[in-house]
Amino acid sequence: MNNAQPQKNSPAERVQQSLKKRYRAEARFRAFGAFSVILGLAALLVLFVKIISSGIGAFQQTYIKLDLAYDESVLGISDPRDEDQLAVANFEGAIRAALLTRFPSVTARSDKRALYSMVSIAAAFELQDELRHAPDLLNKRRQYWLLADDDLDTYFKSLKAGDPYLGRVSPQQVEWITSLIEAGEVRKQFNRRFFTSGDSAEAEMAGILGALIGSLLTLAVTLVLSFPIGVGAAIYLEEYAPANKFTDFIEVNINNLAAVPSVIFGLLGLAIFLNMFGMPRSVPLVGGLVLTLMTLPTIIISSRAAIKSVPQSIRDAALGMGASKMQLILHHVLPLAMPGMLTGAIIGMAQALGETAPLLMIGMVAFIVDIPGSIDDPATVLPVQIFLWADSPERAFVERTSAAIMVLLGFLIAMNALAIWLRQHLEKRW
Amino acid sequence: MNLSPDDRAELKYKTVGEKFSETPKLKIRGLNVSYAEKQAIFDVNLDIGSNEVIAMIGPSGCGKSTFLRCINRMNDTVDSCRVEGSIQLDDMEICDDKVDVVPLRARVGMVFQKPNPFPKSIYDNVAYGPRIHGLASRRSELDGLVETSLRRAGLWDEVKDRLLQPGTSLSGGQQQRLCIARTIAVSPEVILMDEPCSSLDPIATAKIEELIAELSENFTIAIVTHSMQQAARVSRRTAYFHLGQLIEVNDTQHVFTNPDHQLTEAYITGRFG
Ligand SMILES: Nc1ncnc2c1ncn2[C@@H]1O[C@H](COP(=O)(O)OP(=O)(O)OP(=O)(O)O)[C@@H](O)[C@H]1O
Ligand SMILES: [Mg+2]
Repeated sequence: MNNAQPQKNSPAERVQQSLKKRYRAEARFRAFGAFSVILGLAALLVLFVKIISSGIGAFQQTYIKLDLAYDESVLGISDPRDEDQLAVANFEGAIRAALLTRFPSVTARSDKRALYSMVSIAAAFELQDELRHAPDLLNKRRQYWLLADDDLDTYFKSLKAGDPYLGRVSPQQVEWITSLIEAGEVRKQFNRRFFTSGDSAEAEMAGILGALIGSLLTLAVTLVLSFPIGVGAAIYLEEYAPANKFTDFIEVNINNLAAVPSVIFGLLGLAIFLNMFGMPRSVPLVGGLVLTLMTLPTIIISSRAAIKSVPQSIRDAALGMGASKMQLILHHVLPLAMPGMLTGAIIGMAQALGETAPLLMIGMVAFIVDIPGSIDDPATVLPVQIFLWADSPERAFVERTSAAIMVLLGFLIAMNALAIWLRQHLEKRW
Repeated sequence: MNLSPDDRAELKYKTVGEKFSETPKLKIRGLNVSYAEKQAIFDVNLDIGSNEVIAMIGPSGCGKSTFLRCINRMNDTVDSCRVEGSIQLDDMEICDDKVDVVPLRARVGMVFQKPNPFPKSIYDNVAYGPRIHGLASRRSELDGLVETSLRRAGLWDEVKDRLLQPGTSLSGGQQQRLCIARTIAVSPEVILMDEPCSSLDPIATAKIEELIAELSENFTIAIVTHSMQQAARVSRRTAYFHLGQLIEVNDTQHVFTNPDHQLTEAYITGRFG
């Protein structure tokens, strides 16, 4: 080469020249990586800002102040300590009376109905609860903050934002609300109900707890089933299975299963668990079973990778000491592979947590008000709840949808934090 | 074993020297080993005497490790590996599929080329063998076993205050001595060492060599080494392997001063290796 093309520059100079080009390429390469990271972060930021700004409102709820009396005559009871009497007591009557006292000019039937609808029906239950705990309040007159209806709530919140949203609020109601606001008798309060109750047709009463518990129960079933089975399968495939065509076939199919759309697992669950075994619909048990089918491939694949990464030298050391296969696995392979297996399990669980489609198939989309107490109570899960609320026409459900997404994300973050903690904790022991 | 014509052509050397021993601990007869299609050991016959240190030398890839790993059946872990022939430990046949490798490996311990302590505490490393084989019934007994093993491995004074720290926190030489302590904790009869000093510096190497000399009072030791000086220092007999065949086995002195076989001479004079 040197002979064919006599060169002017010495090799050192040529290196110097090519260096500039290399550095430029290097800088471009780095810039591209940094750009990708920034783009990802920006997308995440936009998502968070959007969700938080539209969901934050759901954590507060509008209340109306009313002068209210637990009149024996209005409630129609004599002894508030008697549970039977409390159950039939006419608290709504008391609220209506208080509303009419506040707005004495309202007389027409339809106007009255419009007036009554400004207070949520949940208010009556709150009053009932209070009287149960403080029976002395009977026949006393006090000022109460009563939960407002969701239409009023939406109007009041949008008023503060400077862009009143009327929705189903009539001009007449606007008049009443304005008078209440001017008198300082409307305020927002922390929405405890959102975290303590299940779904409801009334937006102001709807809470996330039912779906949260449903998700927890479903995930518990999934984890309890898929982790041991997945790890067991991975151990067998890695440590015991003979290397033959059949094992290869199984391996290929596990990899394929990981790519099957989740809705298919829902259909499978419907056909097997509900139709063949006659299990109940809409319960976390069946949801967990279906999600187990879905997460198993993920857990098996990551567990196998974790087992593979245990160094051969450790295996040699254990076997050379005369450890049996089982001792090798229990004493050395599993502890070393555990962090990796847990990571896989958490990824699988995170997928399962966000899964909607397969659960729709087995009826976990039902409207369920009660908070599930066990894995065979009808329940729904967070993503399905989000789906249901996103589909509701009431404006108040819009902010609840975002709030539910925040809860779901919080759940995910908590799960990942737990995984990281577990991993560090387990690794520290070694 | 069905040898292909090519293999037969290769099998042209007869082992020279003193293959047999008057007090054999291990009797190896007609040992052939192959990986899938490729044969790695050809018809090896050798005795390893009681409480002797025998060194295995030879060029890279000549089958020293393969040979050593036959003696505690570690080749079982390699799927493609086929072993034929006979190895007797005292009167027990090792090369029999029916033989349980667990008690065998308690009798024939192994120290590997790269120090491979378990990622556990120093104490647990040494206590591992006695624990799985049920050698100590009480904690105090186990403590004693751990201490004597570490003492015999010449490590006790260096680690006695940090027994609960991970074994992987030790230096390379200390790790290797920890592995030796771990091996002798189950009181094996034979210790196999596959290049135990190849990743160590000269000082750590000297310590291990000293240790081998001490251990030879109680154990039969077979050591693979690439260092002829090391073989000369620690062993009584030396076996020279070449392309899977045992070329010569003789007193170490004899091998290094006046080898019987020309291949051995070529190797020790550095003409290849
Ligand atoms: N696991 C294996 N699979 C296939 N062939 C192997 C395997 N291990 C060793 N061999 C082959 O067997 C022959 C002997 O290998 P071995 O490891 O016993 O050599 P060695 O003498 O220990 O070499 P070195 O001094 O480099 O450690 C080599 O040709 C090697 O390629
Ligand atoms: Mg080797």
